[in-house]
Order: sequence, then structure tokens, then C-alpha cells
Amino acid sequence: MSSSVTSTTSGTASGSAPGAPATAAAAVDRARAEGRAALVAYLPVGFPDVDASIAAAKAAVAGGADVVELGLPYSDPTMDGATIQRAVDVALAARTRPADVLRAVEEVAATGAAVLVMTYWPPVDRYGVDRFAADLAAAGGAGLITPDLIPDEAGAWLAASDAHDLERVFLVAPSSTDARLVMTAAACRGFVYAASLMGVTGTRATVGAGAGELVRRTRAAGAERVCVGLGVSTREQAAQVAGYADGVIVGSAFVQRMLDADGPAAGARAVAELAEQLSEGVRSGAAAG
Amino acid sequence: MSTEAPPTGGAPAPARSFSAERGPYFGRFGGRFVPEALVAALDEIAAAHAAAMADEGFLAELAELHRTYSGRPSIITEVPRFAAHAGGARLLLKREDLNHTGSHKINNVLGQALLTRRMGKRRVIAETGAGQHGVATATAAALMGLECTVYMGEEDTRRQALNVARMRLLGAEVVPVTTGSRTLKDAVNEAFRDWVASVDTTHYVFGTVAGPHPFPVLVRDLQRIVGVEARAQVQELVGRLPDAVLACVGGGSNAIGIFHAFLDDPSVALHGYEAGGDGVETGRHAASITGGGTGVFQGARQFVLQDEDGQTVESHSISAGLDYPGVGPEHAWLADTGRASYHPITDAQAMDAFKLLCRTEGIIPAIESSHALAGALQLGRELGPDAVLLVNLSGRGDKDVDTAARWFGLVSDADLVASEARRVADAPEDTEGSGW
Repeated sequence: MSSSVTSTTSGTASGSAPGAPATAAAAVDRARAEGRAALVAYLPVGFPDVDASIAAAKAAVAGGADVVELGLPYSDPTMDGATIQRAVDVALAARTRPADVLRAVEEVAATGAAVLVMTYWPPVDRYGVDRFAADLAAAGGAGLITPDLIPDEAGAWLAASDAHDLERVFLVAPSSTDARLVMTAAACRGFVYAASLMGVTGTRATVGAGAGELVRRTRAAGAERVCVGLGVSTREQAAQVAGYADGVIVGSAFVQRMLDADGPAAGARAVAELAEQLSEGVRSGAAAG
Repeated sequence: MSTEAPPTGGAPAPARSFSAERGPYFGRFGGRFVPEALVAALDEIAAAHAAAMADEGFLAELAELHRTYSGRPSIITEVPRFAAHAGGARLLLKREDLNHTGSHKINNVLGQALLTRRMGKRRVIAETGAGQHGVATATAAALMGLECTVYMGEEDTRRQALNVARMRLLGAEVVPVTTGSRTLKDAVNEAFRDWVASVDTTHYVFGTVAGPHPFPVLVRDLQRIVGVEARAQVQELVGRLPDAVLACVGGGSNAIGIFHAFLDDPSVALHGYEAGGDGVETGRHAASITGGGTGVFQGARQFVLQDEDGQTVESHSISAGLDYPGVGPEHAWLADTGRASYHPITDAQAMDAFKLLCRTEGIIPAIESSHALAGALQLGRELGPDAVLLVNLSGRGDKDVDTAARWFGLVSDADLVASEARRVADAPEDTEGSGW
């Protein structure tokens, strides 16, 4: 499992040297050392407002999330289902901007959690890829998850993430060919995001049956760490996914709790509760070998 | 063309070929900014497209459909009474408005429906703004026995209720999209969301020369018949190539369709006319080349209306078919290289040209196409009476009658109130826009 790209850089950042931001790779490795999967929590910045979204992300960390994905709201989120779209609409209506996201990164990273920004590509492209990378690194961010950027189109981001020592998480899907799994695994740093099914974000009754097989294929393609997202929302599902993956990614379920909550404070409490349940889940599943 | 090497160095550079570009990139534009989940499907379409274009059987079947179903070749009509207002230049219209379903859209969907069958898929999805591409897709699906779902912004389903009814008559499911601005770009988003979950059985019949590779080149190849026919027709009629070819540009499929056969004719100027809405300077327009900037949008790098944070800005146009904040990458490249030039036409200029063609030639054009007609009025005056201008009349204006009646005040306030009441009460008979 030694894709040279993955091992060299994750090594440098996996300690907790003063000033060095926490990385997702280190968080996943730490979970693995504890015989469990990592919990990765997604929350969109700016929902219900910027401060409340920061509070919710901190609540997720307090509840046991190892890695936080902060979403940068975008006007055309083609990979997101209705729940996250609703939250993003709220964030955009209040004109949540990249600078707000960078502030959120800084505040959440201060908790010691690894913070990735989950973003569609147009806002980063517009901001300037290298400038965004520099500002993200300065804020203490670990890197980016890019749902609509494939490594084939990522030349500027590969260079910028190298220059600023950031993690880059690309997605793989059940439809990915073996050749593309190899290429994508080599391009990733931190972990590979395996989409559990063919579809958009949202809670589902069952996790895609093909997820385990995709994780197996992605590992065989050279990936050192594989986390699974799309459709995971309960402790039981988290435990199930923890049985074969290095990390469990949960997004819509957190957002749904906030949508259902009576106000931001209740929303943060609900996020912490769910994180605690999921955290138990990732500890009860058999650790991935 | 001599193949002999010139005796000395300094041979003139060969004329640049613009027509050979096949993506994924057109200069710095194009590409595939899509989820990994869709890459396999896009590769499958690219392979099926390449195989089909090299397959005599496929090409013959498509040609037969053109001849016996959609009514190709479309004719050329010279419009001297209209041209009298365009500096006396000779003005020739390529009559895509006479195609079955009323626009050039049928050229693309017939080809993609055949491709769907070749790929062994049984369902098609499509986005539509004004409804023309949706109607064309529903038509092809009915013809070939495919299941069809069309995504349409809720706002557009209200404005275009007649086309919604048409699609349903043809057996298609029409899904109103209630996210975002509830218009064309949101319909595209929703179609992508469907596709990522249904890609095993479903082909996405993309409606224009935008989106991720291979859609820009696939749709271009299926629309270029417009220019291929027109090039021969104009030469036969006037004995030479036209001085300029004009078309309206939203996503850009009718414009690429008529431009492509002329790309390597340096004497032929190519002019695209974008929807200037209330005027580019007002910010209320859909002119992504002349009033936008470069960025990534819906799968490709292109010109797009974005704010400083990369968020898509809502577009505005009286013509729903041009009311789109992006433009295809090949147009972006043609603009970049200077091979084609692009200009904004305001709603008012387009409607003046619309009315003029009605009154002088007895042809009711789509409001989309009226943008190109307005361009012809300007360019004809510039070039003078010796010029020959070829204009793509991409669609007919039947669907625009209600919009035009309101614009020109041809209906009374009482009628409007009654019409509004109907609109609220049930599915209203209200159409506007054409193209996409």
C-alpha cells in the first residue's frame, strides 16, 4: 500500500508538531491504531449562519468526530441531494463567502481536529487555486475534498497542494474502472473518498451494497486509506461501514438534525449527540485491516 | 493544393484549421469538471459517438430520419423586403424553423436517440428551458420507444405550460425543478443528479454544445448538417460563399451548427449574437461572452456569468432559450481566437427584428432567432448592398406569440387579466422563448 505520493507527505504531517495543522491522514491512522474507523463529519459553513455553523462543527468534534469537512456553499451543487441543498441555499442567501469559510477553518482547526474543506471547483477556480491553497494552509486547514474535480483536470491543484503541503481528497465511485482507481489513488493524499453508491448526498435506509467491494478495489489499486461516504446516517450504518473502511463520512444526517432543531443551540446539541452515536458506531465495527 | 515543398524556406504558414478540433479542450476551454461517477458514462458516450460517426449504417439511418421525419434538407429563403432595412445586403435565411418540432433541436436529439439505442439504454433524460429541447427529446423518445424524463425549472413550466403539455402528450414525464433559481441551469443540475444515479440504464440527451466532454463535440457533430447544407445552398444560389454567417447564441448549438462548415473559409466572417436582455451595462442579460468572464460551469471551462466568489449569477433574457449563464467551450475558443465575433442584442432590438420579419416576409421567427435577425440589420448596414449574409433562423415563433402579444400590447388588459386567472387556475396557455 505504498503509493509513494501518499506515504511521503502524510508522514511529514502525521505528528502534532507545534504549528503543523492536524491532517486527515494522521487522524485516520490514529483511529486505526485504536482499532476503529475514523468518523468524518460534514457541515456546510453559513448554515444556519457562519457562527452557528462553526459552533456545530465544534460540537461534532466534541461528540467524537476525528475529521471535519467544512462545506463551501456553491450555487450549483450537482452532487448534493435535497437536504444539503436546503442548507446551502440558506448559506448563500446570507452571502456566505470564501473568507467566512477560511475563518471557520481557523476556528475549528483550533480544536485540534483535522479540517478539510469540501468544495465544488468553480469557487476555488475563481478565487485562484494557488491563492486559495495558501490561504487555506495559513488558516490551518488540512486540504480539500473536491467532488467535481477529477485528477485529470487537477493540474493546478496538484501543484498548489504540493506547494502548500495540503491534503487532496478525490472521489472514486462504483463505476470507476480499475485504471482510474489506480490513477485516483495515486493522486490522493490523506484518504480516498469512496462513494458508497451511484447517486447524490442524502440519508438512505441502507448503505450501498457495493461499498465494501469498492473499498476492496480501491485498496488493491494502491490506496492507503479509504473512507466511505453517501447515505450513512445511523450508528448501525457507521458500524457496518467501519467493518471494511478506514473512515465513515456523514453529512446529510448532521444537516438534517440541524434543520429539525429548534434554533442554533439545539442544532449544535443535536449534532453533538449524533456524533456521539456515530462515534460509538465506528468503535463497534470491526476495524479494517 | 500542391504537395511540393517550396524551393526555399519561409513557406507561408498553412491557413489555420479551426474545424478539426474534437475536444476535450478547445484551447483553454472545455474539459470535464464532473464527479468521478460520471466519467465512465462520458467515456462510453465518447466511444459510441466515435464508432457511430464511422459507421455507414448509423449515418444512413440518421440521414433517412432527417429526410423522411424531420424534413431535411431545410430550405434557404431570401428575404429582400426585410433586407431593405439591412442596408440592401442580400439576406438568406436557413429555415431550421421548418423542421419537425419547430427548431434545429431535432437534429441533435434524433442522433442522440439512435446513439441511446446503440448503447443499449432504454431511458433518456433531458433538461429544457423554453421547452423546445424537451419537446424534441420527447418526440424522439416516442419515435424510438424510449422512456423519457424531462427536467424543467418550475418557473419555466409556468411560463411554458403549452410545451409542458406537448411533452406529456408525447408520453414524457416532466419534472418541475424547484431548486435554485428554478430555471434552465437548475434543470441541468437536476438532470445530472438523476443521471449519476441512473447512468447504467439512462442516457442524458444534452441539449446544447456545452457541458462536459464529449457533449460539446457530440452535439456539434449532430448539428453541423445545418452549415453543410447551407454552404452548398448559398453557393448554388449566389455563386459564391456568403460574406458572413450569423446566429444567435445561448448555449450555442444552432450557431455551431451553422458556423462549423465555414470555420476554414477565411473569407466568411462568423457572428454570434448573445442575449443582451436589458443591456449588458445593466447587469440584466445572458451575454456570457460579451458580458461575463472565464470560469468553470456545469462541467466545462467556458465564459460564464459569475460573481467574484464564483457563484453563478442569474441570467436575464426575454427569450427563454437564450436565458442561460454559460456558453459552450467551442464558442469560447472561437471568441478567444478571434475566428468568430460575438455581440449582445437587447430584448428591444430582438423584438423590433421579430416584428419586422413578421411584417415584411410573413415569417414569425423564434425570439431567440430574432437576436440573429437584429444582428443582420446592423451588419448589413455596415457591409453594404454587395454583401451576402446567411442567417440561421433556428426556430419558429409560434411558442412566442403570447410573449410578443404582451410586448407589443396586442392584447387588452382584460385579456391579460383573464389569461392570468387561467394561469393560476390551471395549466395556462402561455409560451415564451424557444431554443433550449
